[in-house]
Amino acid sequence: MSTATLEAPASSNGKKLENLETVVIRFCGDSGDGMQSVGIQMTNASAIFGNDVCTFPDFPAEIRAPAGSLFGVSGYQLCFSNHDIFTPGDDVDTLVAMNPAALKTNIGDLKRGGTLIVNEEEFNKGGLQKALYEANPLDDETLMAKFRVHKVPMTRLNRDAVEGLGLSLKNADLCRNFFALGLVYWLYDRDPKPTEEAVRAKFAKKPDVVEANLRALRAGMNYGFSTESFTVHYHVPPAKLSPGKYRKITGNEAVAMGLAVTAKLSGKTVVFSGYPITPASDILHDLSMFKHFGVKTFQAEDEIAAMASCVGAAFAGELAVTASSGPGICLKGEAMGLGMMTELPMVIIDVQRGGPSTGLPTKTEQSDLLLAMFGRNGESPLPIVAASGPGDCFTMIQEAFRIATEFMCPVIFLSDGYIANGAEPWRIPNVEDLPRLKIDHLATANGENGEYLPYKRNEKLARPWVKPGTKGLEHRIGGLEKKDVTGNIDYSPKNHQHMTNTRAQKVANIANYIPEQTVDGPANGKVLVISWGGTFGAVRTAVQQSQAAGKSVAHTHLRYMNPFPRNLGAILKSYEKVLVPELNCGQLSLLLRNKYLVDAKGYNKVEGKPFLVNELVSVISEFHG
Amino acid sequence: MSVDLPTLPTPTLQSKDFASDQEVRWCPRCGDYSILAQMKKVLPTLGIPKEKFCFVSGIGCSSRFPYYVNTYGLHSIHGRAPAVATGVKLANPELQVWVITGDGDALSIGGNHFLHAIRRNIDMKIILFNNQIYGLTKGQYSPTSPLGQKSKSTPYGSIDHPLTPLSVAIGAEATFVARSVDVDIKHLTMVLERAAHHKGTAFVEVYQDCNVFNQGAFSYATEKETRSDSIVYLEHGKPLIFGKNREKGVRVAEGNRVEIVQLGGDVKEDDLLFHDEKTPEPSLAFLLSRMRHPEFPEPMGIFRAVERSTYDESVTKQVEAARAKLGEGSVEKLLNSGDTWFVN
Repeated sequence: MSTATLEAPASSNGKKLENLETVVIRFCGDSGDGMQSVGIQMTNASAIFGNDVCTFPDFPAEIRAPAGSLFGVSGYQLCFSNHDIFTPGDDVDTLVAMNPAALKTNIGDLKRGGTLIVNEEEFNKGGLQKALYEANPLDDETLMAKFRVHKVPMTRLNRDAVEGLGLSLKNADLCRNFFALGLVYWLYDRDPKPTEEAVRAKFAKKPDVVEANLRALRAGMNYGFSTESFTVHYHVPPAKLSPGKYRKITGNEAVAMGLAVTAKLSGKTVVFSGYPITPASDILHDLSMFKHFGVKTFQAEDEIAAMASCVGAAFAGELAVTASSGPGICLKGEAMGLGMMTELPMVIIDVQRGGPSTGLPTKTEQSDLLLAMFGRNGESPLPIVAASGPGDCFTMIQEAFRIATEFMCPVIFLSDGYIANGAEPWRIPNVEDLPRLKIDHLATANGENGEYLPYKRNEKLARPWVKPGTKGLEHRIGGLEKKDVTGNIDYSPKNHQHMTNTRAQKVANIANYIPEQTVDGPANGKVLVISWGGTFGAVRTAVQQSQAAGKSVAHTHLRYMNPFPRNLGAILKSYEKVLVPELNCGQLSLLLRNKYLVDAKGYNKVEGKPFLVNELVSVISEFHG
Repeated sequence: MSVDLPTLPTPTLQSKDFASDQEVRWCPRCGDYSILAQMKKVLPTLGIPKEKFCFVSGIGCSSRFPYYVNTYGLHSIHGRAPAVATGVKLANPELQVWVITGDGDALSIGGNHFLHAIRRNIDMKIILFNNQIYGLTKGQYSPTSPLGQKSKSTPYGSIDHPLTPLSVAIGAEATFVARSVDVDIKHLTMVLERAAHHKGTAFVEVYQDCNVFNQGAFSYATEKETRSDSIVYLEHGKPLIFGKNREKGVRVAEGNRVEIVQLGGDVKEDDLLFHDEKTPEPSLAFLLSRMRHPEFPEPMGIFRAVERSTYDESVTKQVEAARAKLGEGSVEKLLNSGDTWFVN
């Protein structure tokens, strides 16, 4: 929204500079067009400038789908604002479409009156055919009349800009994304310096590539400055975030950093075993750079081996962790059960994606909650935590290890494709404020007769953790049912009942050692909206807008999925109606209805995309009545 | 490669120190008893305190083994013992890690982990008790059962072509490969000792008699009347000679194969195949692994023992190299890496 017209600086070339509060931009093009790359650059530039930012990268599962095809379109949506934002925005203010396929698949999200920037040269016969256009949409006056359209001959202008550097046409065209970025930078008054520095650093060994990209960026900015097509440009002032030092962070980065920090601050080795899988692989990539923190990474031969080696590493006395997504978590089930049965601490990260089966590898979904709850044979409850956003991954991965080591059990950490790849500004914590794990390996026998009793439990029902190599505490454990206290194999009826109850009770007790659930909004009233995981931003924003519109509605967001916080039942009873929006077919609803006998109503969606704020606002409104 | 193991200042351990308090529950006269006994004989000789051993197993009769050895032990899940043991060794490289597995556990459900542990050359000993049958599930044919074998699941005879465990291991470029048989006590002890001293993945196949479901599967290799004609002992640098009166030998023939020859007459010992366990190229070991009963005497002993860097050692080296290059990781620096900005 336009709030004021500023005095135009010299860079405006006499054009109007208007102030805006919030802008949503989407870059889209072929998966080889570098859309993710420019999206990240603009995110960094905006974050460094001081805006709040929130991003939504959306790319196909195919690495290089046929050029120009509809299914090969890759997009990066970025919202930046002068105030706190929790989502990447519903409707797009400015859409940059590098080809007809990108236009076709994205134009529906562009606001009426929004800005459309297209590389018009790609709207040729071949490009239109690949996008299954019968006629050139740029000639469709009815359609174009809805937007402010800028048809830019980007290919030619970019080639002109990099001329003389000796680049092949193919390589020259690879810089078109930076031309488009430059144009958007002019349009939104962005300082190109952070981007220029990033390009210089990234291609330090390829000076011609640096020069080409910088020239393309400048040419794009100059194009906006000089052509009459653009009569106005915009400024989004910095946001008033809590004071502190900030950086940008994605969920996967935060997990990797959280693990490195856990290793360092606890003085333990983190043994990470993983098998490549979208969207979890970046955790393995990032961690493999952190060896000097005491992190060992192991790319296992399969998901089963990744999980099994975690059990081995945990038995050997170090902090074991694996990361995967739904299909991999299915394969890990049996070995997770072994971890549960041997009562060893480890963390299993599930970066959820669209399922079932191979499903939608690059799209987000929250449909593994019940898999995490019940996806093992036998009675095998495990604690589950879920991060609410990219930065929260840093906090919750450390929390997962706290629970695992304090209670001696595997803990499942749920993330999703949206928060794993999405970025937000993150206030850098003080090192002194970070939690330290208190790990106490038993060093002397705990039995009355000087023997070691592997299943003698403490007040939390946790058994001791002995590091192999410790003299006198040699012992054998395994997946067979064992006798309480001694850990010897025991199949007797009463013992199995007792051990099953004990393992369940141990997990249930964790509720006494996690924070109570809090509510945003009135402590009682008509509607409670309850959410979990990566939908936090959209739900919080929608509830706040509904509150502002006078609705009696409160929001509570779960980060502890098993056990639930101890006061959750009381909270649920304080409202007339309970609404549970989830990116699945009603998994949290099912758990709530079962445990609290509450008539929780789901709002469920599995389209591979996060919720839009507007959609939730109308759902809440309708539900509220 | 031999490793210098530390000498213990503490009193020397004995076989009985490695006996656990658990009652051994294998069937009477099971071949596993002998392997357990030889193992308990070998362990005290290694100069390693017993708390530094870790036995890891999968599922099957043989996989109960760790319960009967008084060291650290983990009875894991079917087929995954090499992967579990990999985690143990990565986390705690000071432990000597033994994997106890069977033909179904290692080669059927766990085939993948078996291959990858071997190719990585992780410092662990894998002892495969091969009895050519699924015993714990009461008698189905296994991936090493011969064609035609009648079992609970193959009443008309097996139509599955069997695997030769040693060929598989050598194909994965194992650095140590050996074979022995449960009742050949001295030989088994020697082979286990050699495996214990090898740095890297040491793979040992032990012919083990399941006297309940597959009795006598290896009688040709164990019975006095047939043994000398059915097996040939491998000794590094020595020719392959066998037979009751050491009258037969093994010679390399044209076409990358071996043949049996009678000694005396034109054929001298020098014409025979001389065993070389240290040759870097695995082809000789592979050729030996293809010698199967009844066409050939089956070789017993060390097929291959070569040096190669171990995975766990490389992991440790990379960590050390990263620390040397980047310094000890700093949390402060890590959190503040990348572009940062201040909000006042």
